[in-house]
Amino acid sequence: MIGKWTVLCSMAGLLSACALLSMTAKDDAPRRPYGVLQNATGIKQHTTGVKQNVTGIKASIERGKKVYAEQCLSCHQVDAMGVSGMTPPLVKTKWVLGDKTTLVQIVLKGLTGEIEIDGDTYHNVMAPHSELSNQQIADVLTYVRSSFGNKARAITPAEVAAIRAKTK
Amino acid sequence: MKKFLANFLPVRAAWLILCGCILAFSACAGDAARDTSKVATAADNGSGTGAPNDDGLILPAGFTVTTFAEGLGKARHIAVAPDGTVFVKLAKLKDGKGIYRLRDTNGDGKADAITGFGSFTGTGMTVRSGYLYASSDEEVFRYKLDDKNNVVNPDQPEKIVTGLLSRGEHEAKAITLDYDGNLYVNIGAYSNACQVQDRTKGSPGMRPCPILDSAGGIWKFKADKPGQTYGDGVRYATGLRNVVGLDWNKATNSLFVMQHGRDQLHDLFPDMYDQKQSAELPAECMYELHQGSNGGWPYIYYDEFQKKKILAPEFGGDGKKTAGEDAQDPVMAFPGHLAPNGLLFYTGDQFPAKYKNGAFIAFHGSWNRAPEPQKGFFVVFVPFQNGKPSGDWEVFADNFSGSPALTASGRAQHRPCGLAQAPDGSIYVTDDSKGTIWKISYKK
Repeated sequence: MIGKWTVLCSMAGLLSACALLSMTAKDDAPRRPYGVLQNATGIKQHTTGVKQNVTGIKASIERGKKVYAEQCLSCHQVDAMGVSGMTPPLVKTKWVLGDKTTLVQIVLKGLTGEIEIDGDTYHNVMAPHSELSNQQIADVLTYVRSSFGNKARAITPAEVAAIRAKTK
Repeated sequence: MKKFLANFLPVRAAWLILCGCILAFSACAGDAARDTSKVATAADNGSGTGAPNDDGLILPAGFTVTTFAEGLGKARHIAVAPDGTVFVKLAKLKDGKGIYRLRDTNGDGKADAITGFGSFTGTGMTVRSGYLYASSDEEVFRYKLDDKNNVVNPDQPEKIVTGLLSRGEHEAKAITLDYDGNLYVNIGAYSNACQVQDRTKGSPGMRPCPILDSAGGIWKFKADKPGQTYGDGVRYATGLRNVVGLDWNKATNSLFVMQHGRDQLHDLFPDMYDQKQSAELPAECMYELHQGSNGGWPYIYYDEFQKKKILAPEFGGDGKKTAGEDAQDPVMAFPGHLAPNGLLFYTGDQFPAKYKNGAFIAFHGSWNRAPEPQKGFFVVFVPFQNGKPSGDWEVFADNFSGSPALTASGRAQHRPCGLAQAPDGSIYVTDDSKGTIWKISYKK
């Protein structure tokens, strides 16, 4: 009984989210940190919480796309597939889809030395990007993790802040 | 999925809906992304070439091509012994081997006797006076060939040079020999522009650049003396960021090299260079070198539009200030970021007369032009007379990428890398993407 309700509910959620996305596709979404919304509205304001959360992630992705174009694209390329032997791809790899801490730390501290992905090695110098704000890092990683065929959870500014605090 | 949702049962409805939304969103975003990748796949298939074949390249009238070999993986430089035996160096082991010997025993233009040896990866490959020279990213080895050009001891080459710097950037040790027993080795700079922090916005350039003591130039060693390292070599030329294509020009009796110019002018100095300028600048340059030559890196770069040596922005430049009075001008300048990986001066008689003593250059293709369209992935020709270019460069062999769309996206099917001349005057071109080797000939 409860199981059916759960499935129904999540189905409704899926549908409404998709509808909502198409409806808000051309909106200028308010630039609010969705992480805060998620925590603040998740329990008390059911409906608006949903709307703001999706809008929030969408806005984050849109901002992230701009950060990607300015900070990442020239090496990782338009399709995020990187450059053979030099710059690793950001598509469907554990480096991007896996542990958030590692991923955020790569952005903060950069990455040098050889890495291997699916039997191919890559080595280019990635500069540290610690000058980016927590919001910018959250936005660009949320964008990358939900684009180019990737499907992974959003990253919040609060998560970036926490990782930054413990990163030397 | 059910299990995942079941974990959320005690949570209120809002959380479930939120979850649903996040799932739905990532599903929708995923679809959009897949659509993009479909376009790329369609373009891939749309080129119609599929597997490499005789028609894969576009050549001037009268030239023909055969696919000499394929499937060798990262095939870098290539060398041909006097009897036509071909040797190719791989940057990734194939079946545990880093060098392949290829022979065409029935003369149909395709290798039919192929054997591998050598357990190291690398780029450099050349044959001279009964020896095969091969480089890893830290060493240069030499194999004795017998009178039939078989490798005498494939498991125990002599180590001619050891301990060369390889720090994960510009690490390929391209090699060539002169006709006086000297070996020339590229030791690329482990840096883009000699900043304190490499490729980092706001980090200043180091003057003097400490990298130049041990890299960023061409080093000269004895070709027949094992066990040499820096102390035994001479820094022949400096101020060269990275050289992969190089060849000894018999006509001038001098070394010619192709420099890979610096990257990321826009990334590092967005207020000074827009993305279009950054895609075009700086030029990829050909230099003729002699003892003591200086290409000027990292302090200057060559701007082929202003036709000047421009002070690099890391060292106070603004895109206009000139500098590098102590550095030589290039013999010829090419569009930015095309990555010249192979250079061959043509000494054969098979091709029409205009090709004699001219230079073929294999351009590996760009990455640092994004978001502007990528370029390159072709072999160009530069005519020479009396040791100097006698005309502008022209594209000789094109369509290695498979289509104009694949060139623009940089997702080339093949990337030209190494060049060598066969005894009959045909030339070989390698591809370090899929490991195809083409043999290009001229039929009257």
